[in-house]
Amino acid sequence: MTYVIIGAGPAGVTAADTLRKADPSTDVVMIGSEPEPPYSRMAIPYVLTGLIKEEGTYLRKDDGHYDANAIQYRQGIVASIDPAKKTLKLEDGSEQAYSKLLIATGASPVKPPVEGLDLPAVHHCWTLEDCRNIIKYADKGADVVLMGAGFIGCIIMEALAERGVNLTVVEALDRMVPRMMNEAAGNMVKAWCETKGVNVLTSTKVTKIEASGDKQDTLKVDLDSGDQIPAHLVVVATGVKSNIGFVEGSGMKTEEGILVDEFMRSSVDDIYAAGDCAQGPDFSTGAWAVHAVQPTAVDHGRIAALNMAGKPAPYKGSLNMNVLDTVGLISASFGKWDGIKGGDHAEAIDTDNFRYMRLEFDGDKIVGALSLGRTDHIGVLRGLIQTEVPLGDWKQKLMADPHLIADAYVACSQ
Amino acid sequence: MQKSLNIDPEKCTGCLQCELACSYDNESVFNPAKSRIKVFSFHEKGRFVPYTCTQCDEAWCMHACPVDAITLDKATGAKIVHDNLCVGCKVCTIACPFGTVNYNADTGKVVKCDLCEGEPECAKACPTDAITYVDANWTGLDKMRAWAEKTDAGQATA
Repeated sequence: MTYVIIGAGPAGVTAADTLRKADPSTDVVMIGSEPEPPYSRMAIPYVLTGLIKEEGTYLRKDDGHYDANAIQYRQGIVASIDPAKKTLKLEDGSEQAYSKLLIATGASPVKPPVEGLDLPAVHHCWTLEDCRNIIKYADKGADVVLMGAGFIGCIIMEALAERGVNLTVVEALDRMVPRMMNEAAGNMVKAWCETKGVNVLTSTKVTKIEASGDKQDTLKVDLDSGDQIPAHLVVVATGVKSNIGFVEGSGMKTEEGILVDEFMRSSVDDIYAAGDCAQGPDFSTGAWAVHAVQPTAVDHGRIAALNMAGKPAPYKGSLNMNVLDTVGLISASFGKWDGIKGGDHAEAIDTDNFRYMRLEFDGDKIVGALSLGRTDHIGVLRGLIQTEVPLGDWKQKLMADPHLIADAYVACSQ
Repeated sequence: MQKSLNIDPEKCTGCLQCELACSYDNESVFNPAKSRIKVFSFHEKGRFVPYTCTQCDEAWCMHACPVDAITLDKATGAKIVHDNLCVGCKVCTIACPFGTVNYNADTGKVVKCDLCEGEPECAKACPTDAITYVDANWTGLDKMRAWAEKTDAGQATA
């Protein structure tokens, strides 16, 4: 019996550890595509700010973790799967046999169709290699343009701002973090960032990047507004997509990601998928979704591994959730933050103090939430939504003051 | 025998000695806002509920941490935040469905109950035994753990 995991991110490493605990006697092979120990992309911004060194991003901190747990970590890029022979072919020509396979290949940044993205001072911020490249350019005072103010873009923005660069953020949609925030919250984030000295251009597209001939600002960034911004560095954060190209021809069902059932099984026998490449059950909608966030990756990895090891563990579905720090303003979103048809909502908005709370209800249960400027007990929103707490009297109290989430949770659960 | 905090809201008078003891021991200030245990007051019903981390087995905070900064203290069962490794990403604060891991903007790290290395100050300070530190087997925490199991699913059934 050989368990093979493709991918060495949070989903892959969690699965490897879980398999090892669940089934101590079998072989576990984890294949990573990058020349580093398994690390967390989420931690890269903190390398940029200098808070940690590269080693600080490693997913497991104990020396020799993988050897000590008999997890064979090999480097390589998987080119194709042969489900009939139960083998993988790697790009270097070698093969790897599997008894059960977990695909946890994550996602990659999308390159928008804009001319000039191949110029030397244009980078994604996705890998440690990207991080090293950005550090070379992002000196104090340097002119930097960030394309994309989505969730990932905003995390990078925070790190670039902390490096003291002269930062302009260009977002094609009408507000910041459009996929995790409504207009009111997105606009508050924008106003906050502007008070912190970040130039934010929403409803604006980069049309072209070209070499300028200047020694310092080697790039000129053309905008659809007609303006042109000089830049020493351009960072591209315009979304990600699942890494599933290599499963073509295997007969596996895919949409945005690899479709998996409640046991994290793909449509092909003995092949499972987890994390950013998996399109699994969505707790809020009952449909299938790619939730490319850390908590979902580790839940997926753990649940897939238990099922692979013959310990049936059905999954109720992932809850879409995010937490974000935009230059010091902390926000979080959970579940159906944009509400459901016919559902009530409660909203408290304090523009002057950058505080916002919005709750979305289905009957007397909370199904989604959005908060800004608050950090205490924020996790109860996950508890309230995912355990479907019937609020009874507390619904009216929350309608009057949605900040009472922790009180409501404690009152209804204890 | 591993111990855990046992909380009996019926005995709590809302005196907040636990909050003061916790903040003083951990943060060197008498400031309830910095306490890792919080007493919720429901004045209409005259009810007070001390509330903190249950050190749950699922430990969503620990699993969700992207940099291995939360680990299990095998002696006490506590899930401990290592400040030298925590990058302040806050993922654990949304992953914990009890809301008992909180971000401290002053330090840029997250904070949670660590059971004071097996001698919890809140229990020592409680004058009415609403908070006690007792053998884990018979605490009311089982109720909270059962509650926890409804979150997320993915419980092995075999």
